[in-house]
Amino acid sequence: MKKSLFLAVALICGTQFCGAHANALTIEKVTSPGGIEAWLVEDHKNPIIAFDYSFAAGAATDPAGKEGLATMVSGLLDEGAGDLDAQAFQGRLEDLAVGMTFTADADTFGGRLKTLTDNRDEAFKLLHLALAKPRFDADAVARVRGQMQVALQQEEQDPQALAGRAFSAALFPGHPYGRANTEASIKAISDSDLKGWVGGHLSRDRLVVSVVGDITPAQLAGLLDQTFADLPAKVVLAPVAEAQVPAKGSLKIIRRQVPQSVVNFGEAGLKRDDPDWYAAYVMNYILGGGSFSSRLMTEVRVKRGLAYGAYTSLEPYEHGGIVAGEVATRNDKVAESLKVVKEELRKMGGSDVAVPELASAKTYLNGAFPLQMDSTTAIAALLSVVQRDHLGIDYFERRATLIDKVSAADVRRIGAKLFDPDKLTVVIVGDPKGMDQ
Amino acid sequence: MRPRFLFLALAVLALRPAAAPAQVFNPESFTLKNGMQVVVIPNHRVPVISHMVWYKVGSADEQPGHTGLAHMVEHMMFKGTKTVGPEEFSRIVAANGGQDNAFTNEDYTAFFQNVAADKLELVMKLEADRMANLALKDEAFQNERQVVIEERRMRTENQPEALLQEQMRAALFLDGGYHHPVIGWHQDIDAYKIQDVVDFHTRWYAPNNAVLVVSGDITAARLKPLAEKYYGVIPARPTPARARPLDPTPVAQRTLEIRDEDVHQPSWTRYYLAPSYHVGDKQDGDPLQVLAEIIGGGPISRLYKSLVVDQKLAASVSAEYDPDSLGQTIFAVATTPQPGIEMKTLEAAMTAQLKDIAEHGVTDQELARAKNKLRAETVYARDSYHTGAMVFGQVLTTGGKIEDVEAWPQKIAAVTKEQINEAAKRLLRDEKSVTGLLLPAKPGEATVVSDPNAGESQGLIGGNVR
Repeated sequence: MKKSLFLAVALICGTQFCGAHANALTIEKVTSPGGIEAWLVEDHKNPIIAFDYSFAAGAATDPAGKEGLATMVSGLLDEGAGDLDAQAFQGRLEDLAVGMTFTADADTFGGRLKTLTDNRDEAFKLLHLALAKPRFDADAVARVRGQMQVALQQEEQDPQALAGRAFSAALFPGHPYGRANTEASIKAISDSDLKGWVGGHLSRDRLVVSVVGDITPAQLAGLLDQTFADLPAKVVLAPVAEAQVPAKGSLKIIRRQVPQSVVNFGEAGLKRDDPDWYAAYVMNYILGGGSFSSRLMTEVRVKRGLAYGAYTSLEPYEHGGIVAGEVATRNDKVAESLKVVKEELRKMGGSDVAVPELASAKTYLNGAFPLQMDSTTAIAALLSVVQRDHLGIDYFERRATLIDKVSAADVRRIGAKLFDPDKLTVVIVGDPKGMDQ
Repeated sequence: MRPRFLFLALAVLALRPAAAPAQVFNPESFTLKNGMQVVVIPNHRVPVISHMVWYKVGSADEQPGHTGLAHMVEHMMFKGTKTVGPEEFSRIVAANGGQDNAFTNEDYTAFFQNVAADKLELVMKLEADRMANLALKDEAFQNERQVVIEERRMRTENQPEALLQEQMRAALFLDGGYHHPVIGWHQDIDAYKIQDVVDFHTRWYAPNNAVLVVSGDITAARLKPLAEKYYGVIPARPTPARARPLDPTPVAQRTLEIRDEDVHQPSWTRYYLAPSYHVGDKQDGDPLQVLAEIIGGGPISRLYKSLVVDQKLAASVSAEYDPDSLGQTIFAVATTPQPGIEMKTLEAAMTAQLKDIAEHGVTDQELARAKNKLRAETVYARDSYHTGAMVFGQVLTTGGKIEDVEAWPQKIAAVTKEQINEAAKRLLRDEKSVTGLLLPAKPGEATVVSDPNAGESQGLIGGNVR
């Protein structure tokens, strides 16, 4: 078979690594004879291949009343396929030392395959089998259904998980992003729901593939077709509506007799393709993006000792975005902590960030970017994010400029646009003193 | 939302399989004139470096009444030196595009920065400075105490499973430094003074009591002059001996139970008092790692196959063991029931399985599979530039040597069925065990709640020894 390989090359690098660095990574675009595309970083130092793929089809398409369907499918694809029942399938994976995982989130369904070079062909055969001929044996279905019910009960006793669930419901009322699995919805999922799911959702036009490790473009091209060729070229999914985050905000308190209250707060945010994304990205880092020197950490933790941490994050979805934050503090300090948080949100849109604060933020965001490239698996996952977000194979060259272009005025403008502290959606799990819904 | 200081307690056990692989890393190493050991693990894929300093001190080195002090000192290491202001350390690292953090365990305290290769010297200078020149103010300490108490509330007091595990540890280790939790008892965190922090730092934070581990885009030849310049000039001084005596021989099986209305998912956990590579039945360290893999290492393991797949009683099972500990350690087995299954039924099935393993041992097929899997993990471990750094840091602060890490695949390959069966017989004895049950409150039974601010560490949920 003639292999036609279209090659495009880009360098992965943070600002200071662009240029003639010998150890920059090269991304190749590989297209299989059957037309399936993948991004590949060849790395032959270790006999390992990391294969990361995902489809634009996720839990947001779960029918109302059957929340948990996509997740349940992800739990069952490695529980038996073809002639192999669950124990036989898992036994093959273990004997070959193959790591195979499937995950479903709101907008995507995907998986990872990690294999030693020696077992490459067998590993991909098993992945093909899992996607093309999953068995959904009755006892495997019962087992996974039970495991999901157990996970649900575990969330019930974890204040953080409880808060997260209620927070999504408050920000996305009536929208699939706000709906969570329930005991009833997990129970309602039928065999035919499961069996029809892969063919009805995972099509080649929705597929993104990233590969890092000990494999050549020619080898990969053949495996792409072999793994995915059985899937439909195209499927049409029920449309998911654009999410409308309530503008006026709300306060919900879930009482639990625990010494520390978990507080989630948020408002409407941005989708990943918003022209203001990079301004918001820099703004979020300065405000509460995980660094020890963020404004929220400084005010809440360092100056006042109110909490172990205070964070914010941008959470972009396919059909809407939010800006969300979290702080956990003793029950009698919840009101004070929220006041400090709101004051910082107000300041973000009220005055320009100082020149050194902005400069440090940019240096961090550019310098820390390559730090996540810890392993073949991590690099493959990063490539998939770049592909799913349609950032282009030259993104690694452009990223630093996109961040450097953000001005103090941009940060202030986006802060003012995103935050109205009087209209926050707030969810508290715990026993906050002096606060009522 | 990245946690700030990683606080590693039993969770460190999760590192076990990746944490022991070897003949894989091929590290370079040397020792500075002041006794500070240096390990270099080159990995040139991306021009970044992980710089870590591990101190041979942890919560097991604390004195009664001062539990959690090692972790408190870890926090205070970010509060300034003679020349670097409070919080400046992390601000400088971040402003140079780097990330920094720290974590504490029973046997070690570690600090790390991940940076671009050209920022290595900067972080070495900063890290060496706070080894030698920590300068603390009481105001920062009082504030950080509150932060640590919130950390304790978040990780332990808000979580019934974590509270139960803390009580189980205290019941398992009858005496010595492993009895108390790494983060410390609540009333101790409330009580210590800044001078206690200063004294602890002075006593333990010496170059001869530290290991420098650098991984990533670096070689020993490039690192050595920098290590000599920044760490080599700090004078050595005597540090205390680290006592990890054998725990008193346990004679009573113990069972702890938490019943609470906020518990929705019951669970069953058992700890066995286990040897490490250095204390107890040391020769069992390797066989017990293979045993943990055989009984709980995944979906085809003995316990999963029996309890989850065949008998359909459990939703999950696990087995964890890590012999890289300076003193005795824990072999943990856990399970959760499938919905509708009585805990008593699951417990009976689990204990029958454990009894069967103690009496009849494992099969040749199980042994071959487990070894095969552990061998593959040594190859995967080399892939991440962090894994090697973590492994050497952990091993070298818990009494092990570089050669131990590098010989691990051979040692595991040499384990025989007889060794595993003998080790299992020695380990799986009821009187060496503590069983913890997490259960929903009985209908109509009130939750036991004490005032969480009264200073009692265990005030949240009533636990009782049965």
